[in-house]
Amino acid sequence: MATDTHATPNLSRYFVPAPSAWPFCLTIALILTVYGVSGYLEDRAIPTTALICAGAALGIFIIFSWFRGVAMESEHGMYNEQVSRTYRWGMSWFIFSEVMFFAAFFGALFYARTLSVEWLGGAGEKGFITNSILWPHFDAAWPTNGPGHVGGAFEIVSPWKLPLVNTCLLLTSSVTITMAHHALKAAHRRACILWMLVTIALGATFLYCQATEYMEAYKELNLTLGSGVYGSTFFMLTGFHGLHVTLGTIMMISITGRLLFGHFKPESHFGFEGVAWYWHFVDVVWVGLFIFVYIL
Amino acid sequence: MAHAHDDAHGHDDHAHGPDKGIMRWIKTTNHKDLGTLYLFFSFTMFFIGGLMSLVIRAELFQPGLQFVDPELFNQFTTMHALVMIFGGVMPGFVGLANWMVPMMIGCSDLALPRVNNWGFWLLPFAFTMLLSTFFLPGGAPAGGWTIYPPLVLQTGNSFPLLIFAIHLMGISSITGAINVVVTILNMRAPGMTLLKMPLFVWTWLITAYLLIAVMPVLAGAVTMLLTDKYFGTSFFNAAGGGDPVMFEHIFWFFGHPEVYIMILPAFGIISSIIPTFARKPLFGYASMVYAVASIAFLSFIVWAHHMFTVGIPLAGELFFMFSTMLIAVPTGVKVFNWIATMWKGSMTYETPMLFAIAFVFLFSIGGFSGLSLALAPVDFQYHNTYFVVAHFHYVLVPGAVFSIIAAIYYWIPKWTGRMYNEAAGKWHFWLSSIFINVTFFPQHFLGLAGMPRRIPDYAVQFTDFNMVSTVGAFGFFISQFIFIFNILACCYGWFGRQRNATAQVWEGATGLEWSVPSPAPYHTFEDPPLVGDDGMPVHGNAAAHAH
Repeated sequence: MATDTHATPNLSRYFVPAPSAWPFCLTIALILTVYGVSGYLEDRAIPTTALICAGAALGIFIIFSWFRGVAMESEHGMYNEQVSRTYRWGMSWFIFSEVMFFAAFFGALFYARTLSVEWLGGAGEKGFITNSILWPHFDAAWPTNGPGHVGGAFEIVSPWKLPLVNTCLLLTSSVTITMAHHALKAAHRRACILWMLVTIALGATFLYCQATEYMEAYKELNLTLGSGVYGSTFFMLTGFHGLHVTLGTIMMISITGRLLFGHFKPESHFGFEGVAWYWHFVDVVWVGLFIFVYIL
Repeated sequence: MAHAHDDAHGHDDHAHGPDKGIMRWIKTTNHKDLGTLYLFFSFTMFFIGGLMSLVIRAELFQPGLQFVDPELFNQFTTMHALVMIFGGVMPGFVGLANWMVPMMIGCSDLALPRVNNWGFWLLPFAFTMLLSTFFLPGGAPAGGWTIYPPLVLQTGNSFPLLIFAIHLMGISSITGAINVVVTILNMRAPGMTLLKMPLFVWTWLITAYLLIAVMPVLAGAVTMLLTDKYFGTSFFNAAGGGDPVMFEHIFWFFGHPEVYIMILPAFGIISSIIPTFARKPLFGYASMVYAVASIAFLSFIVWAHHMFTVGIPLAGELFFMFSTMLIAVPTGVKVFNWIATMWKGSMTYETPMLFAIAFVFLFSIGGFSGLSLALAPVDFQYHNTYFVVAHFHYVLVPGAVFSIIAAIYYWIPKWTGRMYNEAAGKWHFWLSSIFINVTFFPQHFLGLAGMPRRIPDYAVQFTDFNMVSTVGAFGFFISQFIFIFNILACCYGWFGRQRNATAQVWEGATGLEWSVPSPAPYHTFEDPPLVGDDGMPVHGNAAAHAH
């Protein structure tokens, strides 16, 4: 694709930003935060709460300012077609890296279900020895919290209650954000804003349902992060997904704000599209979760 | 071409020269500034990691415990590896990509300059945090750089800092990789088609894909370690249904492509240098590209050859053994092509070429010992011995590190506008080449005789080879001061004006980077040149368009 676009020389200049202190400050914010968190985890005598709060506040302020600056550059027409392509490629590969992050946790889930639990239950020659010497009473099954019954007996979340509702919410939200996109391309700004508000509401409702489900799991089902490998994979996968939904919702709120300020044009609105791609990605991950974590 | 844009100059006049003082380096969005920062950071890390290796070698000079207690020894082996891999080799290659990729494909800067700045500045902070763990109660991480559970979960206060440092390095690598991919796909000058790109650009494109694919997996793996230690998860706990071996699978799914992340850019550098000094075009250009792509693909399906002794099923051992041996085919294509490029060339032996030839020869030795290790039954014998240490140091030191050194000798006239001292360069080359073999060749024998790695003491029959190895390590380290002298002399002009470099620098050099003056202007190609079939600008000297 890139080769074709270069067939006719594009002579307009590429936008090279002025020197900026935001990236350096963002690093400082990150370091303060993780240093605080590590002190908290190890009970070290450092002001952990202050470090975490300072880092997080600084980080949020910088991300807001940095993105506002980028939005302003865009609105002032500093970006040409080539810069727009850069953002498209950049966002695509960023989403791919996120896919690989989830792949690690899905990999852990599949490995546990098809290999480690089976071996603990006595499958294979090495599994036979492990099982007969260490845990002769353990039978492989899924869900499980392992031969040590780590975390105690638990029940699983039924996929046909809140998770099904959540699936409907997210799938619908993918449709509504596409409606918003079509409205933006047709220069129907008010319709676009309305569809975006619907999408944000769906995302927020999803998060509410997810929080409710977690509370039920902890209080009524005794399903916790510590419930063996089932609890680990369940909460880490759905938890990281939930974090991404939260981030996606914040991103949608910010582009809706930009729509209200009159940003974006029908023919050029990458900020909007990038958020929409991210939202679809979050949606696809959920479908994977619904099938492999909840149903199967 | 330049006049067409006079009206556009208003908003970016500030971009014509760097700021002054420290703020220039903190705020810079310039690929050359950031390339320089990356390279100096990489040298600092090589120096620190090198000092750690000297402690290790000093301790191993003779049997018994002399200088450090075993706990501290383990901290040094672990941190030596982390510092060298994530702080030395990888940032070194990113620094070279920063400098050279925009100049080689004819664009003004990397595609995302502010993100580039962020990617760099994460590193000094991440490594300061990591190195600070030496001073915490319990000391630095000591479970080996592969951070296998359950051992690594016994790490004390430094454990979360280790995990978060790896997260930050991962963010840095991913942002850097996305930047390189986007730059190469989107910013090539008109006429610079994919199959006209220099091999260094090609190898970095493929390396960047590897980074984007595997660094998030490492992030996932270390996150699971963190939650296993502090939040009660059971990913690597058999009692909870998990499996410590699962960590090894996830880690090496990252770890094996990581090995190629550290060598593919080296292939690109060598493929640039050898044609220049053989005064012949690279033999088999297209096959070089396909070979690199094949190696990158295969790197995803060989990971369990690091785990032949953990008890994976026989079918797995066979699959991973044969897939690993398959990598020898594209690698062989590359070595063959380098030699065929030199065949009947009109060769001269300037310092970069000497390092490149040494790379071909010594990297192949490391490749052959890798092939021996790929054989599962042989690996049962060699696993965790000094044979493995000898193998990966042969591919990393006379491989990756020699290629970085060669690249710096090759391109530093372009960067600084001054030639390095050739005599000092030759001394540096011969001392480095001799001492590196003195250091690592005896380790093959130690490993075959059964000396285990990561142990501060050993049986007396291993003494002679260990003494030789230690002498080599100190010699290699000291030899590098010649290199530092040569670099600083170029940077600060200690040799006077008669050492100024021409635009082309090397008689046989071709490519866009040699069409601009030395030193290259702060913004090289603000207006993209039109690239001809020979990879050079069509309108004569493209420097006319550079400001």
